[in-house]
Amino acid sequence: MIKKFDKKDEESGSGSNPFQHLEKSAVLQEARIFNETPINPRRCLHILTKIIYLLNQQTLRRMCYLTIKEMANISEDVIIVTSSLTKDMTGKEDVYRGPAIRALCRITDTTMLQAIERYMKQAIVDKVPSVSSSALVSSLHMVRMSYDVVKRWVNEAQEAASSDNIMVQYHALGLLYHLRKNDRLAVSKMLNKFTKSGLKSPFAYCMLIRIASKLLEETEGGHDSPLFDFIESCLRNKHEMVVYEAASAIVHMPNCTARELAPAVSVLQLFCSSPKAALRYAAVRTLNKVAMKHPSAVTACNLDLENLITDSNRSIATLAITTLLKTGSESSVDRLMKQISSFVSEISDEFKLISQLVMGGFEYKRAIVDCIISIIEENPDSKETGLAHLCEFIEDCEHTVLATKILHLLGKEGPRTPSPSKYIRFIFNRVVLESEAVRAAAVSALAKFGAQNDDLLPSVLVLMQRCMMDSDDEVRDRATFYMNVLQQKQKALNAAYVFNGLSVSVPGLEKSLHQYTLEPTEKPFDMKSVPLANTPITEQKTEFAPVATSKLPEKPGPTRQDIYQEQLAGIPEFQGLGPLFKSSEAVQLTEAETEYVVRCVKHTFARHMVFQFDCTNTLNDQLLQKVMVQMEPSEAYDVLHYVPAANLPYSQPGSCYSLVSLPEDDPTAVSCTFSCTLKYLVKDCDPNTGEPDDDGYDDEYVLEDLEVTVADHIQKVLKPNFAAAWDEVGDDFEKEETFALASVRTLEEAVGNIISFLGMQPCERSDKVPENKNSHILFLAGVFRGGHDVLVRSRLALADGVTMQVTVRSSDKTVVDIILASVG
Amino acid sequence: MKMDTLMLQEPSLYTVKAVLILDNDGERLYAKYYDDTYPSVKEQKAFEKNIFSKTHRTDSEIALLEGLTVVYKSNIDLFFYVIGSSHENELMLMAVLNCLFDSLSQMLRKNVERRALLENMEGLFLAVDEIVDGGVILESDPQQVVHRVALRGEDVPYSEQTVTQVLQSAKEQIKWSLLR
Repeated sequence: MIKKFDKKDEESGSGSNPFQHLEKSAVLQEARIFNETPINPRRCLHILTKIIYLLNQQTLRRMCYLTIKEMANISEDVIIVTSSLTKDMTGKEDVYRGPAIRALCRITDTTMLQAIERYMKQAIVDKVPSVSSSALVSSLHMVRMSYDVVKRWVNEAQEAASSDNIMVQYHALGLLYHLRKNDRLAVSKMLNKFTKSGLKSPFAYCMLIRIASKLLEETEGGHDSPLFDFIESCLRNKHEMVVYEAASAIVHMPNCTARELAPAVSVLQLFCSSPKAALRYAAVRTLNKVAMKHPSAVTACNLDLENLITDSNRSIATLAITTLLKTGSESSVDRLMKQISSFVSEISDEFKLISQLVMGGFEYKRAIVDCIISIIEENPDSKETGLAHLCEFIEDCEHTVLATKILHLLGKEGPRTPSPSKYIRFIFNRVVLESEAVRAAAVSALAKFGAQNDDLLPSVLVLMQRCMMDSDDEVRDRATFYMNVLQQKQKALNAAYVFNGLSVSVPGLEKSLHQYTLEPTEKPFDMKSVPLANTPITEQKTEFAPVATSKLPEKPGPTRQDIYQEQLAGIPEFQGLGPLFKSSEAVQLTEAETEYVVRCVKHTFARHMVFQFDCTNTLNDQLLQKVMVQMEPSEAYDVLHYVPAANLPYSQPGSCYSLVSLPEDDPTAVSCTFSCTLKYLVKDCDPNTGEPDDDGYDDEYVLEDLEVTVADHIQKVLKPNFAAAWDEVGDDFEKEETFALASVRTLEEAVGNIISFLGMQPCERSDKVPENKNSHILFLAGVFRGGHDVLVRSRLALADGVTMQVTVRSSDKTVVDIILASVG
Repeated sequence: MKMDTLMLQEPSLYTVKAVLILDNDGERLYAKYYDDTYPSVKEQKAFEKNIFSKTHRTDSEIALLEGLTVVYKSNIDLFFYVIGSSHENELMLMAVLNCLFDSLSQMLRKNVERRALLENMEGLFLAVDEIVDGGVILESDPQQVVHRVALRGEDVPYSEQTVTQVLQSAKEQIKWSLLR
């Protein structure tokens, strides 16, 4: 408070004006005193009082009033000031009286109030409007402190209300309402009187409208009551402020019929084309609220709203668009969404608008949510704001899919924000209020908070306990499960069960479990025997696609790997290989436009590899039979068996297979080059009929070499929480090495190379190198053939070429060596 | 049934949350906050920075920022803001803004720019004090405001001395009392 006072005085005193007036120099002198530290408020007040007596220079005295008000909170020695102020407020100088009253009331307390009561009452009914206003407003401020005393002045206030001055009317009305608001009958009578007696003040009218609306709401009055008529009549008032207030009040009333809304809407429609931005804004904002409940009532305004889409004021444009989204046709939705997306990447305030006001259909909401999520991913600074908006979103959201999606995201990102506890309330409310699916998702999200924040853990455990009493099976199961995991308080367990979820393919798991139950055995079920799921491509940004093209959410189909597993299982020679670990992408072994087109898919099993060669014969005068690809390995791989394709007629692709065993004695020999030759029996045939000759001849066709690299032995696995997984694997088999990549110029290039070479999954979005950075850390996760988790942390530095320090952790020693050897 | 935004607010005379004047670098020249929406100076400054960045390029009068209605007006190198809650009547807030601007315009003889304002800070303080008191709109007519502030020195009663002499003696008296 004091600082403010100083600043004010210094500002008023200093200025950069060389021609300082005399009074300013006096104030400046004073200001120096107040700059003493420690400041002595008592002395300051004393000096101020002297000044009031000594000087009659208008400005300074008035400044003193102001400073007294500012210092009101700290002044103890008020008595002197009070007496002088009282003198002023009853003095002859009208100009002083108002401010003196207001200053006095700031520093007065209950006992003193009673002492000046007489003066206050006189002031309220004073003929000078500024005095009356000051007294009324000050009385209002003092209601909080001393309701009983102020209540005694109600008659004076009533009298003041019949003043001609528009501000006095407003203040008197306000004070009367505040004094009587608990007495509904009194308020009602007061309203009756004033609505009939015709006030002049637009401010007073606005106040009356608000009081009337509140009364209607509280008494649930029908819309045929005189209060409603009054409000409706205000639509024809000559002041825009009043008209707008009336329209706004009508629109906010519950249970309004379209007929009752119509005059309000037409008034708002007029405002839409006003040259005053504030009026357009007010109108479009109110229309937006109407559109939420009665979109048909707003349709008449569509043309005016369309004009506002291009308004220079962004808030107006946004509101216009969101209103049109409610009332417009399907075809305009596309166009509108595109327009929003053009400025959606900027301010979060518009988001709040959009998310609050577009309470529309599922598609809109989903688009908005996707939008917010992609913003959070793009721009880490916006994370807290975005998460906060999403929290508010789910409070109102009746779409389960969206709520669960948001809850999942909150569970993932929330624990890492600076104050995670604020999200817990939102999540827990969902547990209490919503449907089973949402409750289950909320439980999972809560668990993630508990696992990551030790200080939140006790509260989370308590909440979990309550969830264990839920009526739904899934919710109870999840709560019990998480409860037990969390109570162990072991980071490794948390990582495995709370954060990084199931990484195996679900159909694969189902099949393996089924298999397990069929074959009785003593061994416990081994998760590692289940083939992993291909990493879903979730790291891609969701494009802000126009809403109209989305249909129902797609059902997840069988993955590519599942399909291959089925196919290979059908071949008798491959029965005993065990589950399929990984299938690579197809590799072209021939150039384009050749006679025979061959591509290869490498299937990795626990101790074998199967090479599937998809061959196509592009010559229409040949029929190929007994087609196989002969392979010559460069390393210790053994070719065990060939499964040829029986027939390969023109342009019908067929597959042949080669079974290769992986070297047992040298586990580190993971890479190998195979020279491949296509061998077949060729019979000429008639191009038109496809009839082959009876005999043919053996021939062969050289293919490109096939590479098997370390990536073929690793399946990508996304770890949402890399740090937890890192801890879980532990450093028993950790190794570290530093490499210089001389031929690589940029960090992006290095990152790209490592990812593609190792074939592991980048985590924590570390595949994106921020601009203009000279260093970066890359996190990679995967599972090595045999089911061993492997994690790589690679620190990269850019300085004359790229230097890379690679740290590898795994649950198996050999794997670590293999990885490092490959990188080297 | 939880509360939603359509529930009516309690009718009240307290309509203004803040009055701000920033220069064209977004620095604060004058700020008066009437409630504790932004209790610390740090939060206030952050708020001012935010609204300045969103408003100084456009000339649009009104915006919804940080959940509050902000009406604004700029002239040469000054930006005037009146802040209210989002439930307030926007036109009322505009009336306050216009009253402030028009009063200052008269007091500064139409020279509403930074230097002139700094030279007349006391006029500004008094003017705002006449327009809004504790968050309640006190006066909306710029003529009335200018009259009450009355800086242009009307009659100085109580003495037959000339104005200068009175001021001079006052100055002397202050000096002596301060030195005591």
